Formats: sequence, structure tokens, C-alpha cells
Amino acid sequence: MNLVPPFEFHRVVVAPWTTELANYGVMALMSFLVAAACGLVGNYLILRRMALVGDAISHSVLPGIVVAFLATGSRGTVPMFIGAVGAAVVTTLLIEGIHRHSRVKQDAAIGIAFSSLFAIGVILISLFADKVDLDQDCVLNGELPLIPLSPSVELWGIALGPPALVRMAVVLLLSVVGILLFYKELLVGAFDPGLASSLGFRPGWILQGLMVWLSIVVVSAFEAVGAILVIAMLILPGATASLVTDRLGRRMVLSVVHSALSAVLGMHLSVWLDCSPSGAAVVAGSGLFVVAWLFGPHDGVLPRIWRRRRTLEGVIDPAEAEDYPGSGRVIR
Amino acid sequence: MRLRTPNVLLPKSWVACVAVLLLAGVLPVSAAKIGDMAETDWRTQAVRFLTLSDPAVRYALAGTALLGVACGLLGGFLVVRRMALVGDALSHAVLPGVALGFLWNMSKDPVAIFVGATIAGLLGTGTVFLITRTTRLKEDSALGMVLAGFFGAGLCLMSMFQRLPSGGKAGIDKFLFGQAAALGPGDVRLMAVVTLLVVMVLGVAYKEFLLVSFDPGFAQVSALPTRWLQHLLMLLLAFSVVIALQAVGVVLVSAMLITPAATAYLLTDRMHRLLLIGALLGLVSGVSGAFFSFLGTNLPTGPFMVLSASGLFVLAFFLSPSRGLVPRWWRSRGQRVRIARENTLKAVYQILEDEAFRRDSISLRELAEKRRVTLEAAGGEARSLRRAEFATLDDETVCLTPSGWQRAAAIVRNHRLWELYLTHAAQVAPDHVHDDAEKIEHVLGEDAVRQLERRLQFADTDPHGKPIPGVHAVHGPSPAARPGKPTGYGGNR
Repeated sequence: MNLVPPFEFHRVVVAPWTTELANYGVMALMSFLVAAACGLVGNYLILRRMALVGDAISHSVLPGIVVAFLATGSRGTVPMFIGAVGAAVVTTLLIEGIHRHSRVKQDAAIGIAFSSLFAIGVILISLFADKVDLDQDCVLNGELPLIPLSPSVELWGIALGPPALVRMAVVLLLSVVGILLFYKELLVGAFDPGLASSLGFRPGWILQGLMVWLSIVVVSAFEAVGAILVIAMLILPGATASLVTDRLGRRMVLSVVHSALSAVLGMHLSVWLDCSPSGAAVVAGSGLFVVAWLFGPHDGVLPRIWRRRRTLEGVIDPAEAEDYPGSGRVIR
Repeated sequence: MRLRTPNVLLPKSWVACVAVLLLAGVLPVSAAKIGDMAETDWRTQAVRFLTLSDPAVRYALAGTALLGVACGLLGGFLVVRRMALVGDALSHAVLPGVALGFLWNMSKDPVAIFVGATIAGLLGTGTVFLITRTTRLKEDSALGMVLAGFFGAGLCLMSMFQRLPSGGKAGIDKFLFGQAAALGPGDVRLMAVVTLLVVMVLGVAYKEFLLVSFDPGFAQVSALPTRWLQHLLMLLLAFSVVIALQAVGVVLVSAMLITPAATAYLLTDRMHRLLLIGALLGLVSGVSGAFFSFLGTNLPTGPFMVLSASGLFVLAFFLSPSRGLVPRWWRSRGQRVRIARENTLKAVYQILEDEAFRRDSISLRELAEKRRVTLEAAGGEARSLRRAEFATLDDETVCLTPSGWQRAAAIVRNHRLWELYLTHAAQVAPDHVHDDAEKIEHVLGEDAVRQLERRLQFADTDPHGKPIPGVHAVHGPSPAARPGKPTGYGGNR
């Protein structure tokens, strides 16, 4: 039984960058773009403690996509975006409605809302399997290996790349531009809605904008990683970065670095083990999180144990330890 | 007792009715598919299901019923403790364990998969606990990461099996969305054992679990092994998730924990009833999910089960007698109407009082002026009084009936008594008591009124010098209808 193939250096490490670049390079680039775009939104979700709303929306875009498919009969970008944004709005309304008009708490409301919508999506897929160019496997896994195979989009005679890749790149670019333009609004909205409204920003609108942004990112990532692994892409980069630094700007940069590393490592992992590339990217990202968890300067498990021992030994005066980096729990 | 005998027949006819309704609901969907799957007509499938002629049907039915009971019971604890999404993370985290259990002897061995999945699920919840304990990340981020990280690892393992020569894939993909038809006797036996275990543990240690869930501090000082009970609960949860996997699927199994229990939460306040109702609803949604997925070929069971559970939730959300949106709206509407009528009655009383009850009726215009509303609105208020038989309305003249008079006097009495009480007992300035009395006058019961009267030593004048209507006014006829007066009620001029 050869479940784990032997580690052939050339096949695993060299070939993807040389002979197989057109294939694996595109896959790694796509998974980087997905993780980077998701990670940027994810930072705000983590700050707002809304990680599980991200979970809910990533599940519930599925019926939105399927309905858009059935309505237009094509996999066009615009109908898919409209379907996903509609589904996200329906999800937030359902969660709010259940939560506000009954005694059911928010966590159970989230669970009920997204599981029902996801179930509707799966049923629609299996009922209209012949009409919808989606299957259950794609919903779970994404179709990362198929992306390099699709014909390239051309603009002014220049081949840009497969449509999903171009779409994801545009979404990432727009996300970066959006963050640069609205950095202040998003920051204040995340930390202090009261201050935001007294400064003349509209916290409600900021939240709605965040939800629309989230749903667009999730739907463009859907093709690559499916509905469930998106959650990892949303949360892992930001969570890893938050173990390393407190500043939001640095977290943003670090989460992009995390995305790049997990994309490349995941690609190599999937070449080596011959397994699902999107799953491998998530495993690599989780591995990076574990590294940050163990060694991170702030909450890292090992530095903390070491600091505690030094403190106990009297090398560091306990009063002095207060100034030690990482002992402050306040996010500046 | 003889009257009750027809009830024995009721369940059967009821089931038949529901089945017909359900079939009617599925009809258009099936019609769209009928061309490509002529061999499995949904009607023959439904008959096969309902007659239980097929052993696969019997296994599916037993399995889904068992898992519904186990998940519905344990979900109650998650829902009341705001841990619903722990169930979500737990259910996604079992996937790598399923894959490894499958690897054990490269077949769908229920026990190996059970053990592997339970271990993975517990590892997942343990990781969530560790992350929230040792880092600044909040629970939601930790849950999301563990959920997706474990799930990704599971997907990797499963995709590695797919290329193994032993045809490892056979059956394992059913774990993602669930296929009740694939349940075998071994699976059902395991499900029965686990469900029995869950029921027994909850039956024996119900009181302890209740205490640990609602008041861990008190549980601790009562010398209960709080931590062990929590671990035991988590273990039982992992068990019930794992037995549900094959029929519901990894992705949606959390809904079977959350939705039936949340539905029960809308129906009752008592924990033991919540658990029982949750188990019953879980059973119903499990069985109906199996039924629906059986109607077509290759329909996954999990989504149908979840939708049935969600349908029940929607019903309870709108129609639950105590907390449903519709009954609540109905009740609050009844209350709003009553308060509006009482305010109109009070206005009529005050107009009559200003003229020392010399008249028996007022005009709509006077009412409109007193209430500060338009003439049309005053007419609407008067018609509302007439509907409740509190007043007659004749040619723009409003005349209180005896019951209307009594109600009006009672409201005015409540108002003035309360004002007096506030100024006397609570030392509130007399010009500050009106707004409070405006609210309380509608809800003071007769008992409270007796108490107030006694405390205020049957005072008969309110802080503003107006008389408080006494027993004679409240329970007697209107002054206009007393002997010696020229008019009676109802315009008998």
C-alpha cells in the first residue's frame, strides 16, 4: 500500500517551477489570489468577531450561484455575483430576523440559516444535475486543477490567463484599492461603531459594505476552493498574522505573506501527495498557523513558557516583564 | 371513554394525509426529471418506502430515526448554552478521522470509522479550547479555523484514497452529503447502541448535566465533577455526530444538532421538555429526510433532513403558541386595541365629568377635541367602542353602555389611584405622576386596586383634586341613568 508516495525532489520541488509551470504555476497563483483576497476581508471579520458569519455566508452563496445558473443558463460573472450578493443579504436578514424575533441566540440562528440555505443549494444541484455545470465535488473541493485548462482571456491581444484567475486578480486588486480608500472607515467601524457614527461614518453602511465585499470575494473564490474551505482562506491568514503583530496594517501585509506561503507550500504538498490542491493549501496554511502559535512573539506558546521561566528565575523582574513585548494584551 | 376510540385511527389517516400532501409538493420537481429517470418513478418509490417492503428502507428508516433522537437530545444542551457552532466545528472536524478509520482496513467498517471520527472530533474541539485558552484569538475565529483546517486535511486524505487501487472510494464520498440508503445492518446496530447509551447517560445524570449547563459555579461547589461532566457531554456529542455522519453527511450534521433543539426551544421553557421535543422533532426530520431522498435516484439524504428540520423550525417560529410570531403579534394587537379603547373611554368619562354628568352622551366633535385627533379618527375610535359594546353611536353622538361606563370609571379610578399612590407612598411630585399613571392604568388588576385602596385608606380625591370613582361608580349604573335623572342610557330621551 503506497498511500504516501516517495518524496522525489525533482518531481515535487523543481518540476512545478520549470516544466510544469503552466499548470502548477497557475494553480499556485490562483490559490494565492484567493487566499490573499479572502485574508484581507478576513482580518476585519476576525476583529469584529464575525468569523462565523463568514462561515455562514460562504455556505449560503451556494444556492445563490445555483439559482443564478438556472436563471441565466451560463456561468457568467455578473449573474454569479448578483446571486451571491443576494444570498449573502438573505443570510444576514435571516440571521437577524431569527435572532431578533425569537429567543434563539445568534449562534444557533447562524447555524439554522446557513444550513438551510446550503441544503437548498445541494438539493438544487442534485435535482438539476444535468442543467447545472456544478457537482457536489466542486462544492466541497473546488476545481483548482481545472482552472489552468480553461482558455485564456485576451485583452488587446495580450493573453491574461484563465477567466477565473483574471476575475480573482481583479477582485483582489479592488479589495486592495477599497482598503486603501476606506482604511479609516473600516478600522473605526471594526473597533468602535459608536465613535464611527459620531465621526459621521455610518456603521450600518460600513457593515453592509463589508458583507457585500465578503460575498463577492467568496463567490469568486468558490470556483477554486468550493464553499467550505473558503472559511479557512478567510480566517487562517488573519488569525496567523494576529499572533505575530497587533497593528492592523502589518496584519494585512502579513496575511498576504501567509497567503503566498500557503499557496506555494500547498502546491508542493499536493504535488507530492497527489491530493486535492485546495485541501493541501488549507493544510499548509494551518501548518503556518501552528508555527506562529508555537513561536509567535506575542501569544507564542514556547516564548511564553520561556518568559515565565525567566521571570520565575528572577532574571527578569516581574514588574519589568510588564513592558516586555507581548505582555500587553491591548490591540493598538 | 368510548368517544376516544376514533382517535386510535387518527394517526394512520393523519399519516396518509401528510404523505399525500408531501407527494403533492414533490410532484413538479419530479415531473422535471421524469424524462431521464423513467425506471425510478417516485410513486413506486413512495410505495416502497411506506410499505417498508425493502430491507434497505427499513435500515434507512431505523437509522435516521435513531440519529434524529440522539442529535435532538444532545442539541438541546448546545442551544441553551450558546454553543451551537461548537457542534458545527465538531462535525466538520471528524472528516480526517473518517478517512483514517476508512484506511484501517480499506473498507467501510462502521466501528473503525466510528473510533477514528470520534478521536478526530474530540481533537478538533480540544484544539478550539487550546487556541482560545492560549492566544488572543476569540472563539469564533478558533472554531472557523479548526472547522476548515480539519476539513481540508480530511479532503486531502480522501483525495489520496481515490487513487488507491483497492477502489477505496466506494462509499466514502457518501459521508459528505449523506446517503441513508447506504446504511447497512452493522451501521444501524452501532447507531442503536450509541443512541441507547446517550439516552441512558442522560437519564441517569440528567440532574447533573442540567446543573453543569446552567450554573457551573454552583455545580462546582456542589462537589460535582464539573469538568468530567463537560467532557462526557462532549464525548456523547461526538458520538452522536459520528453516527449521524453516514446518513446526514459531514457538512450538514451540525444542523441536526442545532435546528430540532432550537425549534424545541421555541416551544417550551422546561429543559426536560426541550430535550424530549427536540428528540421527537429530530426523529420526524430524520425520517422525512430519508423519505424525500428516497423518491429520486441519487438524491442526498442530509439536505432533505436539514430542510425538514428547518421547515419545522419555521412553523414553530411563526406559530408556537407561547413564542410564535403570529400568536405574539395577535396578542399584542389585542392589547393595543384594548388600550386604545380604554383611552377613548377615559376621554368620554372626562368630558362627561367636566359637566358633572348632567348629560348622557357626547358628540364626536367633543371626543375629537379631547383626544386631539381628527374627526375621522374620533369616529374610528367610537366605532371601535361600539364593536366592543362599550358605547352606542347614533348620528355622531356617543353614548356609553353600562359596561362601557363601568370600564371607563374603572380606568379613571386606576389612573387617579395610582397618581395618589405615587404622591403619597413614593413621594413623587404631583405634576410628575400623570405619564406613569397613563401606562399603569391599563394593567392594574382588581387585586392590586384593592390593595392600593386599603393602603390609601379609601381616599376619594386624587392629587389634582378630582374625585376617584368609588365602588358605586365602577359597579353601578351611569349617573345619567340613575333614578330621578331625565335621561337613561342609550338615548331614551
